[in-house]
Amino acid sequence: MDDLAVLDASGIVKTFGAVRALTDANLRVGEGEVVALMGANGAGKSTFVKIITGALRPDAGNVLIRGREARVGNPAEARRSGLVPVYQEPSLIPDLDVGDNLRLGDTPVGPFMDWVRELGVEDVRLADMISDLPLATLRILDLARALASEPDVLLLDEMTAALPTDLVERVLTVVRARANDGMGVIYVSHRFTEISELCDRASVLRDGRTVGDLEIEPGVEERAVELMLGQKLDLSHREGAASRGAASGASRLSVRNLSAGPKLTDVSFDLHPGEVLGVVALEGQGQDELFEVLSGFEKPTGGQVEVNGRPVSFSHPADAIAAGLTFVPGNRAEALLAQRSVRENIALPFAARPRSWGPLKLGRERERVRYAIDKLQIDTRAQGEAQMLSGGNQQKVTIGRWLATGVETLLLFDPTRGIDVRTKRQIYPLARELAESGAAVLFYTSELDEVALACDRAIVIFNGRVVDTIEASDADEQTLMRAAYGLTGTEAVS
Amino acid sequence: MTEALRKHAWTMGLLALLVVLLAATKLIQPSFGGPGLESLARAALPFAFATAGMAVVVIVGGIDLSVASMMAVCAVTAATLMERMAGVPAIFIVLAVGLGMGLLNGALIVVTRVPDIVVTLAMLFVWEGVALLILETPGGATADWVEDSIRGPFLFGWLPKAFLIIALVTAAIWIPIRRSKLGLSIYATGSDEMAAFRSGVAVGRTKIAAYGICGLFCGFGGLSLAALTGIGEPVPGPYLLASVAAVVLGGVVLGGGRGGLLGPIIAVFILRIIRTILTLMAVDPNVTTIIEGTIMVAVVMLGTAATLRSARR
Repeated sequence: MDDLAVLDASGIVKTFGAVRALTDANLRVGEGEVVALMGANGAGKSTFVKIITGALRPDAGNVLIRGREARVGNPAEARRSGLVPVYQEPSLIPDLDVGDNLRLGDTPVGPFMDWVRELGVEDVRLADMISDLPLATLRILDLARALASEPDVLLLDEMTAALPTDLVERVLTVVRARANDGMGVIYVSHRFTEISELCDRASVLRDGRTVGDLEIEPGVEERAVELMLGQKLDLSHREGAASRGAASGASRLSVRNLSAGPKLTDVSFDLHPGEVLGVVALEGQGQDELFEVLSGFEKPTGGQVEVNGRPVSFSHPADAIAAGLTFVPGNRAEALLAQRSVRENIALPFAARPRSWGPLKLGRERERVRYAIDKLQIDTRAQGEAQMLSGGNQQKVTIGRWLATGVETLLLFDPTRGIDVRTKRQIYPLARELAESGAAVLFYTSELDEVALACDRAIVIFNGRVVDTIEASDADEQTLMRAAYGLTGTEAVS
Repeated sequence: MTEALRKHAWTMGLLALLVVLLAATKLIQPSFGGPGLESLARAALPFAFATAGMAVVVIVGGIDLSVASMMAVCAVTAATLMERMAGVPAIFIVLAVGLGMGLLNGALIVVTRVPDIVVTLAMLFVWEGVALLILETPGGATADWVEDSIRGPFLFGWLPKAFLIIALVTAAIWIPIRRSKLGLSIYATGSDEMAAFRSGVAVGRTKIAAYGICGLFCGFGGLSLAALTGIGEPVPGPYLLASVAAVVLGGVVLGGGRGGLLGPIIAVFILRIIRTILTLMAVDPNVTTIIEGTIMVAVVMLGTAATLRSARR
C-alpha cells in the first residue's frame, strides 16, 4: 500500500437502533488497486457499501477520497467526489430510454458507447427503452455508464451475478485494464474464482469489524473462510437436533432440474417425511426463486416438482397449500396479520382452507389455539394484536400455528433472521417436532451454525445449482462455507 | 417514425377517438359548429388546467387531492385583486399564489414524509378554508379583457380562443421542462425512485418542483374560472375527480413514470364531448355519469390489453 490511497475509509461505526451493524470497518484502496470486500451474510457488508457510496451516513469514522474528506450525504455527491458504484440491481430508470438515462447523470455519450462495445454488447441504441432490455444488458450498461464518468474509485457490488460467463470474462478484463491505468476498484463478491482472477487484495469483514487484509495468492480461500467465520461457535447444545434418521421411504417432495428466472438454473433434491433438510446458500444464489416456485408464487421455467410421487404445477399459492406445501416467509410481516389477535393468526391457516369463504368452526378453532399457545410458550400477556409480540414470539406464531393442522411439508425461509438466541433455540425443536409428527421440513438458513443444530442434512446451492449435500454430522461451518462459496465439495476438507 | 408512432400510440388513439366523437356530435346535432365548439372549449378550460397539474404530480409518482381547492383560492384571489388593481399584475400575483401553494404541498410531503395522499387531503381542507377567508360569498370582479380573452374564436372563425390558451399555456410551461434535466428527473423519480436516487437525482427537490408546477397550473385554472364566471367562487368545483379521470384516460400511469400532458388534455375534451353528446341525446343525467364511468374503465382496459400484447411481441 502506498500513501496515495484513492479511497480510505477508517473507523466506520453505524448503529441501527439497538443493533450495531458496524463497529470498526476499514477499507483502503490504493491507486490502480483492486480490493475485494468479503464477509459472510450479516457481517455488515451491505451497510459498509452504503456508507462508502453515501447512501447512509456513518455514526463515526470518515471516508476520504484522494485524501479529501468526502462529506457524502447522497449518491450524487459521492459521484461528484469521484466514487461511482454499480449495484447488484440495475440503477437505470425503467421508463426512460438509454439516452435519457445518460443525460440524467450527465454521462458523456461517446465514451459510454465505446465502453458498451468494449464490454461486448453490440446491439444497444440510445432510443431503446430500459424496460425492454434484458437484465444482463442492463448490468453492462450500468458498468459502461460508471466507466464513462471516469471515476477515481469504482465500486462493483455483486455486479456479475446473473451475467453469462462470457460477459463476466469481458467485465473482469475491462475492469482489470482500467485498474492498470490507475483506477481504484472495490469488488464486492462471493465468488472466489473472480476474486482471485481480478483482485490484488481482499479485505474481510466480520460482525461489523474489518478482521483482515489478505494478499491474493494460492490458498487464500482457506484463510478468507477462516477469517469470515472467526472463532468457532459453541456447538455444545447440538443435542437439540438429536434424533436423526427418521427419514425413510418414499420422498414427500421431489424436485428435478428445476429452473426459474436467471438465478435458479438446475436444482434437484428429495425431501422425505420426518426429515429436516437444510438449504445453504449465499445471498442471491437462487434460493429465493426455489422457495417462490415451491410455494406457488412463481412459475418455474423448467424442471419438475413431484409431491408424493405425483407431478404438480402451481398457478396460485392456494394450489401449493392444497398440495400440502406450506411456506413460512422469512419476513414475518408477510406471514402475520399484524393488527389482528394472536388467536386469529393461529386460527387463520385452519379457517382459510384455500379459497374457501365458508363458516368458521369456532369450537375446534378455540381448542386448537389453546393447544398451540401452550405448545409454543407464547407470552399470553400479549394476546392482543400480533404486532405487540416480540419478534421471536411472532416467529413462533408463524411456525407453530402449523403444528396442529397436520401440515405435510413446511418450507421455512430463514425463520431465525433477526431473532434472539433464546428464541432460536425454541424454534429448532419446533421444526424437529413437526418433522417427528410426520412432516417434511425444508429449512433455508443464512446462519450456517443452524444446519448442525436443526437439520438432518443440507443441500448447498451455488450459482443456481445444488453443488453439495452435507450430512449434519459433517456440517461444521468451515465445510458449509467452503461449499457455499463454490469451492470443491466435502472431499477437499482436511 | 414508426418508433414515434409506437411511443405515442395512446395519444394518437385518443385523438382518433376525439375526432370520431366530434363527428358523432355533428351527426346527432347537424347545427353543431363554431359556437358549439367554442362553448365546449371554454367549459373545458378549468378542467384542462386541473388535469395538466394533476398529470405532472402523477408522473412524478404522487397525487394531489387539493387541486380543486387551490383553484378556488386562485379564483377568489383573482376576483378580489382585479376589483382593486390592473389585470396584468393581478394575474402574476395569482400565478405566484398557485405556485406557492403547490410548492408548500410538495415541501410538506417531502419534509414530513407523510404520504402524499394524506398531506394533500389535509391541504384540500386547508385551501378550501383559505378560499372562504378571502371571499366568504361569491363576489369580486374580473377585468373585461380577461373575460374576452377566452371568449369567441381566434382563427378561421371557428377555432376557439380558449383552445389556443390551453395549448399556449401548457406548451409554454411543459415543453421547456420536458426538454430539461428537471423533466427527466420528474420521469425518473416517478419511474423508480430508488434507481433515480442512485443515479444522482435530487429526488426530494424534484417532487417539490412537480407539486409546484401543479400549483402553477392550478393558478391558470383559477384564472380561467374567474374569467368564465366574471366573479370569484370560493367553493371548489368538481375538478378533483374529473382531473384524475382525465389523467388516467390520458395514458398517464397512476404510480408514475409514464405518460405526458397531451394525452390527458385530449382526454379532457373526450370526457366533455361525451357529456355533450349524452345531453344532446337527452339521456337522463343520472345515467350520464354511469356511462362516463363505464367508458373510462373500458378504454383504459382496452388500452392496457393492447400495450401488453405489443410488449409481448
